[in-house]
Amino acid sequence: MKHLLASLVLTFGAAPALAQSAAPAGDAKHGELLYMADGCYQCHGTVGQGSRGTGPRLTPNTIPYDAFAAQLRKPADIMPPYTALVVSESQLADIYAYIKSVPGPAKAGDVTILH
Amino acid sequence: MSRGKKDPALSRRGLLRGAGVAGAAVIGAPLAAEAQTPGQPDGPPRPIGPVTPAPNPRMESGTPPEMPILQGTAGSDYMVDVIQSLGITQIAANPGTSFRGLHESLINYSTLDWHTCTHEEASVAMAHGYAKIEGKPMLVLAHGTVGLQHASMAIYNAWCDRVPVYIMAGNTVDAPKRGSNAVWAHSVQDAGALVRDFIKWDDSPASLTHFGESAVRAYKIGMTPPMAPTLIIIDSEMQDGPVPENPKLEIPKLSRIAPVSGDQNALAEVAKLLVNAENPVIVADRNTRTQAGIDRLVELAETLHVPVCDMGSRMNFPTRHKYNMSERSRGLVAQADVILGLELLDFYNATHSFHDNIESWSDSRIKKDAKLISISSADLFNHANYQDFMRYQPVDLAIPADSEASLPYLTEALRKLIDPGMKAKFEARGEKIASDHAKALTAARADALYAWDASPVATGRLCAEIYEAIRSEDWSLASTTGNFLSAWPQRLWDMSKHYHNTGAAGGSGIGYCAPASAGAAAANKKHGRITVSINPDGDMMYSPGVLWTAANSKLPILYVMHNNRAYHQEIMGIQRIANRRQRGIDRTHIGVTLRDPFIDYATMAKGLGVASFGPITDPRELGPILKKAVEIVKKGEPCLVDVVTQGR
Repeated sequence: MKHLLASLVLTFGAAPALAQSAAPAGDAKHGELLYMADGCYQCHGTVGQGSRGTGPRLTPNTIPYDAFAAQLRKPADIMPPYTALVVSESQLADIYAYIKSVPGPAKAGDVTILH
Repeated sequence: MSRGKKDPALSRRGLLRGAGVAGAAVIGAPLAAEAQTPGQPDGPPRPIGPVTPAPNPRMESGTPPEMPILQGTAGSDYMVDVIQSLGITQIAANPGTSFRGLHESLINYSTLDWHTCTHEEASVAMAHGYAKIEGKPMLVLAHGTVGLQHASMAIYNAWCDRVPVYIMAGNTVDAPKRGSNAVWAHSVQDAGALVRDFIKWDDSPASLTHFGESAVRAYKIGMTPPMAPTLIIIDSEMQDGPVPENPKLEIPKLSRIAPVSGDQNALAEVAKLLVNAENPVIVADRNTRTQAGIDRLVELAETLHVPVCDMGSRMNFPTRHKYNMSERSRGLVAQADVILGLELLDFYNATHSFHDNIESWSDSRIKKDAKLISISSADLFNHANYQDFMRYQPVDLAIPADSEASLPYLTEALRKLIDPGMKAKFEARGEKIASDHAKALTAARADALYAWDASPVATGRLCAEIYEAIRSEDWSLASTTGNFLSAWPQRLWDMSKHYHNTGAAGGSGIGYCAPASAGAAAANKKHGRITVSINPDGDMMYSPGVLWTAANSKLPILYVMHNNRAYHQEIMGIQRIANRRQRGIDRTHIGVTLRDPFIDYATMAKGLGVASFGPITDPRELGPILKKAVEIVKKGEPCLVDVVTQGR
């Protein structure tokens, strides 16, 4: 499944070339509920940390909203498609808001056991 | 664990005393005369074993028939002598009537250690994990019917993983000797048929002499690379009955086994390809059987200054070695002009990307003119039915040989070809690889910082905390599945010994980790080594009874539950299918989650006699509890820590 990571990174990496629009306002709290209910966490982790075998990291450098929406609606490679029948536009915005709200990683200096 | 009697000479029989050493020894005759025999030597052939009296009026009237009730010799004692001559010291078994004779001999007439198992799948998986540490098999006993049926999944794992498991299965061949309906239901014409597709050899001996030869042959075949499980069917009458008078039983000598090394000319050709390559890469999967395998691969890598990608089915290459580039294997393989696969069974997957979409397909990721070389003992033996030989990958040169045995010759061939100019060039390449290795390690540590404080506990933090708790001990990671843990142990832990990581199940049959790590602990124990199992929850539920075995055998093992409360791989698969069909995932938890209720592994472990902690959901609690758990394990007991984790 490592190829999934590679392809998604490629997809996400291509995002800046797309026409970008501002992310619609979303409800991060509701987005968190949707993120869990819609199973995003299964592959990307509960705080978007990603996993090498299942799905790329989503935070803190989250891709622009247009690329995010494109990936959900018509994903590259094996990510499941989330069409409007499953996730509405407003729900999409809420999920995006949640991902954007997640704090960054712990500070390396605070985690001595990794050294 | 129960230990057999220390001094068989003190047993009431001492039948084959001193015959347990390898070598031909004539046995059986001196005490044979003590046997109570129903027939005379020159009379009609006497029955082998005890005779079940036929119903008769005298018995019903209370007058017992004149039948033997004591025996002075036992066929199964001879079996024990043969088994001990092979150097086998441990047994895993769930009891069964069809091997009661051998069972009795093993507990009263041998010095073997006995692990009482609650399921034959656990028995075989224990032997699987044991062999990967010890380098030799454990004996597994099972019924030839229901026992082998229980055991079959674990046998398949060992077969796929190229690991020897030495199995003896009981059967009652002679129909009139099957006294009850249970014995009939547990008897079979051809017991080996059930598992013959995924064992290397089996036999059903018809006499004790036959048993001796086949038992030694099975061991030899199983231990010859490619190693694999073997099976001997042991007739219950032959076990239970006395040793016949006439045969002079011998214990056949076990040959020393020299694993086949690659053809010298072919290895010289490989050396030529490697020294002339710009971007060679070594991909090792089951290269290493012993510490020598690691040392030899290090020597090869340092001679050629070449990156090594460890696919993880064994501990092939030190994780902190400057040429370990497992983190970037896909990219290196894609750029390579020569790819050397060492016991790389799935060469196709190493060189291709598979796309699991509505229409699945694969595409090559390697250069068109890349040269592919395979050194693998897997080419020496295969079966057809089960498809564990993987998709066919054409290679430029396939050397059917044991790669661990072949490496010294390859390194020697390289040394002959490398001139000072090449050496300088290769060393410069090595510096670049070392720099990339250091970057990969830094990146892995940075990656682990994400979700560090998350609850459920992130797998990166889980593995970092476990390592912190054991790093100052002599430790052995005996079971984990790399994908299930995002390869965190390989990324974060300093692994350099062959017992530091024994790899996964082989056949991806779930239910391996818990018992296999118990088996590894049975091998690690005498070294004072702590065994660690980062145990998926779904895996644990296949045979949780092994926790009781660990307690009963006093195995020093730390079980840390990777409790994501689901069959996580399958959750993702069902989600993909549901979303393809635009049905949403509201119901995709059905059949793939372990919730409602959550399983309380700590309570389960306590009930099975294992000290435990958890469930832990706050990652800050993890470090202190793991330290306490390690202290318990250091005292020679198992301990389980239940950690509620992220999916991967």
